Amino acid sequence: MIQIKHKVQIIALMLLITGTLWAQPSGDEILDRIDANMSSDTRYVKSKMVIHGPRSSRTVESESWTEGTDSFTEYLAPAREKGTKMLKLEDKLWIFSPSTDRTIQISGHMLRQSVMGSDLSYEDMMDDRKLSDVYDAGVIGSETIGETECWIVEMRATEEDVAYQMRKLWVDQSRYIPLKEELYAKSGKLLKKTELSNITKHGSRWYPGKITFKDMLKQGAGTEFIVDEIIFDVEIPEHVLSKASLR
Amino acid sequence: MPALVVAIGVTLVVLMQCWVTGVLGDMIVFNANFATGHVKVMSQAYSENVDQTPNDLALLGTEEVLQNLSADYPGMEWVERIQFGGLVDSPDAYGETKAQGPGAGMAVDLLSPESKEAERLNLEKFLVRGRMIQAPGEIILSDEFATKLEVKPGDQVTLISTTMYGAMSITNFSVCGTIKFGATALDRGGIVADINSIRMALDMQDATGEILGYLPEGDYDDLQAGAISEAFNDKYNDTSDEFSPVMLTLREQGTMTMYLDMVEYFRSIIIGIFMVAMAIVLWNSGLLGGLRRYGEMGLRIAIGEEKRHIYRSLITESLFIGLAGSVLGTAIGLFFASLLTKGIDIGGMTGNSSMMMQSVMKARITPEAYYIGFIPGVLATALGTALAGIGIFKRKTAQLFKELQA
Repeated sequence: MIQIKHKVQIIALMLLITGTLWAQPSGDEILDRIDANMSSDTRYVKSKMVIHGPRSSRTVESESWTEGTDSFTEYLAPAREKGTKMLKLEDKLWIFSPSTDRTIQISGHMLRQSVMGSDLSYEDMMDDRKLSDVYDAGVIGSETIGETECWIVEMRATEEDVAYQMRKLWVDQSRYIPLKEELYAKSGKLLKKTELSNITKHGSRWYPGKITFKDMLKQGAGTEFIVDEIIFDVEIPEHVLSKASLR
Repeated sequence: MPALVVAIGVTLVVLMQCWVTGVLGDMIVFNANFATGHVKVMSQAYSENVDQTPNDLALLGTEEVLQNLSADYPGMEWVERIQFGGLVDSPDAYGETKAQGPGAGMAVDLLSPESKEAERLNLEKFLVRGRMIQAPGEIILSDEFATKLEVKPGDQVTLISTTMYGAMSITNFSVCGTIKFGATALDRGGIVADINSIRMALDMQDATGEILGYLPEGDYDDLQAGAISEAFNDKYNDTSDEFSPVMLTLREQGTMTMYLDMVEYFRSIIIGIFMVAMAIVLWNSGLLGGLRRYGEMGLRIAIGEEKRHIYRSLITESLFIGLAGSVLGTAIGLFFASLLTKGIDIGGMTGNSSMMMQSVMKARITPEAYYIGFIPGVLATALGTALAGIGIFKRKTAQLFKELQA
């Protein structure tokens, strides 16, 4: 009788462990689920960037069309930036400035510079590659943020050309969307922190309405990226992602 | 002969003093003119991050700050400067990027009729091609940078930078000239522009990165600068407001403390070693002089002259020799130093230097040069004679007669 009781206990324990393991998806599975929410072949975003500088805050409005690593952005406000256009094709960026009537090409490490004095780099803003294409991931723990249970996922780059060699994500266990992220350099230095909030449903996807970026190497209270409008898998006319769109 | 040895030694001490003072002093002047002023006013936050030239932390309301400075320190000259960085892009025939590179610039007042900035920075002397800035929207590039960008005077370039408020700034400038500073740090990507053009580009109306102050006498005086900065900070600096103005002396900026201390140490060491070496040579000369007259001393003792009298007369004699040699040596030293005040061009040797230093090294005659040679000149000779003269007291009359008979 005692032997049977022991066996039942062992089986129950094994089932519990198996159940837990089964319930915890792998890092790569989590990345796939995040990509399903946040990544798309193409997208259109109308957004505001509220940049909190050391002295004052300012808001920059723009609309952009993105397809993988290619992107086109036109700035709508304020007056000083209105009409400025940026085109990124792979690792090259062209900026058209109406006040100077010049098209300026920026490439290489310059893409890691701040966009409009914000806490976002050109790469942050314009790179929309799937996480699963450029990172390997593993779950390293769980934590509760507010009232939301999150997986802590550590991602390591599989490609050399990514901006952050290591990233740590706090992923909502039910909606599979990151709520918090830390971005690290190859050396292990923390470069940026982001917080994602105002999560809303867009069709079958969950997507944040606001992302707060904080460049850890910069003064100021960070930059809020507010999504006013987003359309996934939008059809982008061919000329938009070409140099013809700059003028 | 002993007077000649003294003169040579004193000449070298005076010359060395003038040369070291001139060269090291000019390096301080060069840094003061280009970067630090004798004192510098910045916002507190800017001063804490000054290496990054953070114009987003620039000093606001500079017109009022300048008025206060002029009222509080009437003899001093106050100038505004903006250090800036950015990407400089040169266009091809279609207005697209031909070449580009990161540049670091200095905006100074070059267009106000009363401004002495061009003279202070000696810009015309550094000019390689083209001319000085004569109108807003013009820019001078370092010759090396202009060559890299494939531009010449008359061509247009675009400066891509960040405004004081963090916005992107894209501004066209016309290259009017190229310069060569002779220091790699400045020549790699150096830009000089008029301050009002850069104010427009970086949206810095009534704002500036730095206000540099120059003492009325023209030379840096650490005590005077320290007193001015202390009084200013007591009156205007509020430690709880990171944007309140703060004044730093030349010594308090960057590595200048270390540099000034180093200058002082070097000067003391070079002059000290030289003086000790010369003192030993002159002392030796006095010693030899005394020994050479060994026989004469013996005779004087033998005919009854008192030892103390001989000893005193020897020292008096050596003091006169030292004095004559020192006067002669100081005069010759000052003559050669005055020739070196015109300077020696070492431009060819400083080509790869990353230090901010001038390419012409000059001697400087200071009041110290008029007396510094007298110390080893007079004292060392007298000491040498005094030591040699001790032998006088050891000589005995009986022995002297034997010596004289021989």
